[in-house]
Amino acid sequence: MKALTWCAPYKVSVENVPDPKILNRRDAIVRVTSTCICGSDLHLYDGYVPFMTPGDIMGHEPMGIVEEIGPDVDRNRINVGDRVVVPFPIACGSCFFCRRQLYSCCDNTNPKPQHGDKMFGQPTAGIFGYSQLTGGYAGGQAEGLRVPFADVNLQKMPTDLPDHQLVFLSDIFPTGYMAVEHAKPQPDDTIAIWGCGPVGQFAIRSAFLLGAGKVIALDDEGRVPNRMKMAREAGAITVDIRDEYVYERLLEETGGIGPDICVDAVGMEAHGFSLDAVYDKVKAMAMMETDRPKVIRQAIHCCRKGGTVSIIGVYGGFSDKIPTGALMNKGLTIKTGQCHVHRYVPELLEHIRSGRIDPSFVVTQRMPLSQAPEAYKLFRFKQDESIKIVLDPAA
Amino acid sequence: MSVRNFGRGFVLPVDAKDGSFGESIMTTLHTRFGPGVDVDRGLDFGQSQQQQQGQQRRINVGENERAVSVAAGAILALQGLSRGSIVGLLTAGVGGMFIYRGIAGHCGLYEKMGLDTAHSGEGMEEREISEQGIHVEQAMLINKPAEELYRYWRDFNNLPAIMTHLISVQVQDDRRSHWVAKAPKIAGGQVEWDAQITADEPNLLIGWRSLPGSQVDHIGQIRFEKALGDRGTNVHVFMDYVPPAGKLGHWVATLFGEAPGRQMRDDLRSFKRIMETGEILTTIGQPRGTCTGEGKRQETL
Repeated sequence: MKALTWCAPYKVSVENVPDPKILNRRDAIVRVTSTCICGSDLHLYDGYVPFMTPGDIMGHEPMGIVEEIGPDVDRNRINVGDRVVVPFPIACGSCFFCRRQLYSCCDNTNPKPQHGDKMFGQPTAGIFGYSQLTGGYAGGQAEGLRVPFADVNLQKMPTDLPDHQLVFLSDIFPTGYMAVEHAKPQPDDTIAIWGCGPVGQFAIRSAFLLGAGKVIALDDEGRVPNRMKMAREAGAITVDIRDEYVYERLLEETGGIGPDICVDAVGMEAHGFSLDAVYDKVKAMAMMETDRPKVIRQAIHCCRKGGTVSIIGVYGGFSDKIPTGALMNKGLTIKTGQCHVHRYVPELLEHIRSGRIDPSFVVTQRMPLSQAPEAYKLFRFKQDESIKIVLDPAA
Repeated sequence: MSVRNFGRGFVLPVDAKDGSFGESIMTTLHTRFGPGVDVDRGLDFGQSQQQQQGQQRRINVGENERAVSVAAGAILALQGLSRGSIVGLLTAGVGGMFIYRGIAGHCGLYEKMGLDTAHSGEGMEEREISEQGIHVEQAMLINKPAEELYRYWRDFNNLPAIMTHLISVQVQDDRRSHWVAKAPKIAGGQVEWDAQITADEPNLLIGWRSLPGSQVDHIGQIRFEKALGDRGTNVHVFMDYVPPAGKLGHWVATLFGEAPGRQMRDDLRSFKRIMETGEILTTIGQPRGTCTGEGKRQETL
C-alpha cells in the first residue's frame, strides 16, 4: 500500500510498504478513506520532536471502513464493514486512566514506555504516527491502518454524513473543544485563544457551543489574514499580535481584569516579536531549550486572577522563563493534555448531526495521498493559503 | 585455600582452582621485573606497606567476574594507550588495575566493602545475599483484585509470557522449580538456577530463594496489597541478587541497557498489561518505510 514516511526534517516521501496486518488479537485493519495533516505533524516535519526515525509512517487523523478484525474484538461493538473514525490516542479501556476517561494517558498502549519514563516520569498512551516516544505506531497517512483494541478505539459513524464532516472527530475538533471544555466556561466568561490554526478555529467555535460570552482570537494579521478572517466569521474579536499591544487590548476587552480563560493553541514552535521570543529562538537554536513557550508566558501574564490557562498546543521538552510568580500569586489554574478524544466523540457527533456546527468549514484543500509531500510543503510554508488539508488515499 | 609467600612481603593467594593461572602469570611478572620490583605494590594504589604486610590477600572476586575484569581491563588499557594523552594514560592505568584484579582474583575495594563474589554459588545464606547482593525494588498499580494476580503469578509456567528475559521455568514440585534466563553475553548469555518457595500466603505474598549451585544467588518476594478505593492492587516486588559476573558484571550490563531495575519494571508492566487487557501490544510486523521507495515489515520494537 501507499504510505507517507518521515525521512529527515523537511523530507517526507510516499512509499510502497507492506499492507498492515493483525498483530494482536483485538486489532482491526481499517481501509482509510480520508486522512488529514495536523498542525502537530509540522512539529515532526520541522524536526522539533526527537524520537523520529527514518521510515516512520506519519499521520493520526484518519477515518475509513473496517476491513478485518482480530479474533478477540468484541463483535457487539465493531464489525467488518463499519464506518469509523480513529481517535489519535490509542486507549486500552481498562486501566486506571481509561476508567477515568483520561484516554491519552493510557498505561497499556505504549510499547516503548521506557522513553516516556525517562522524558516525562511516566509514559503516555500510544499515538498513531507520532514518534517513538508515543510507541512508534505506523500512522494513518496511508491506505490502510492497524488499530489496536479496536472495540475501544474505533468510533462508529453514521453513513448519511460525508467524510469531511466527520474526519475531524479524530483529533482537531475534540482537541479544540477540550481546550475550552476542561476550563469549565461560564456564560459571562471571556475566552482568549492564541493561534488561529485548525485547533484554534475549533476552539473558537467550541467556546460558543459551550456558551461562552465573548471570544478573542490572537494571531498575526499580516501573515495569516485568512485565518483571522475565519475567526471573525465565527464571531470572535481578533487581536493582531504583530501590530497591537496584546496585554493592553485584552485588558481593554475585559474591563481591566483580563480574560477568564486563556487558551494556548500554538504550542512549542511559537513565533513572536518580543524580546523573550528572540531569547527562545536563540536558545532553541543552541539546543539549550526545546520548546518556545512565548504563548504560555503571555497567557499567564494576561489571565485574570483566579482564571484558567489551558495549554492544548503541543509541547515536547523543556521551557525557560515561565512566570511562576504571576502563576502562583494570581491563583491561576493550568489545564492541559493531549485530547481524550474518545470522551468527546458522542457529544460532538450530536452537535454535527443537529447542524450546530459543520466541521468542513476548515478545509481549504483536498489532495491525493500520493501528493502528500507537496501538501506538507504547502501547509508548512503557505499557512494562510492552507488551513486544513484532507488527503484522499483512493485518488 | 592455601597461601604462598613469595618473599619481600609479596603474598599470592592460591587455591586448587585458580592456583596455576595466578601463579604462572605472577611468576612471569616477577621474573621480568626482577626481585627488586614489587609487582603487587606497583599495581595496588593507596595501601601502606605496613597494612599489606600483616594481611593475607585472599581471592574475593568470582571466576566469571575475573574473566570480565581482564577483558574490560584489556580494552580500557588498549584504548588508553592508543590515545596517548593524559586521559589516555589514566584510562590505561585503570585498565591495568582491572587486569590485575582479574588475574589475582583480589579486589582491594571489595575487601574494604566486605564483599566477596568468589564464593557465591556455594549456598550463600539469605542474610549474606541481602547484604552483598544488588537490591532491586519496583511497584506497579494493577487494576485487578489480588486473588487474580496471585493466581496468575503463583503458576510459574505463566511467567515466561511476561518476563522477556526468561526462557523457561520447570515446576518440579510444590516448592521447587528450575529457571533458565537470558543473560548479557558478557556473563555467558544464559543463566540457570533452582528456586525454592520460602513463603506462600495466598493472595498476599510469595517469597523465594535460589538453591545452592545456582548461577545467580538471589532472594525475592512479591507482595499484593489492596490499593485505596477501587484502584485494584499495588504489586511490590523486591529482589536481592548476586549477579553472575559480580558487581562489575552488573556495571557492564547496566551500560548495555540490561539494568535489572528497568528489567523488573518492564516485566511488571507486562504483567499489568496481560492482567488488565489480556495482551501486550506490539509493533513488530507493522509496515514501515525505508526512505528508498520500498517499505518493509518492522522486525524489532
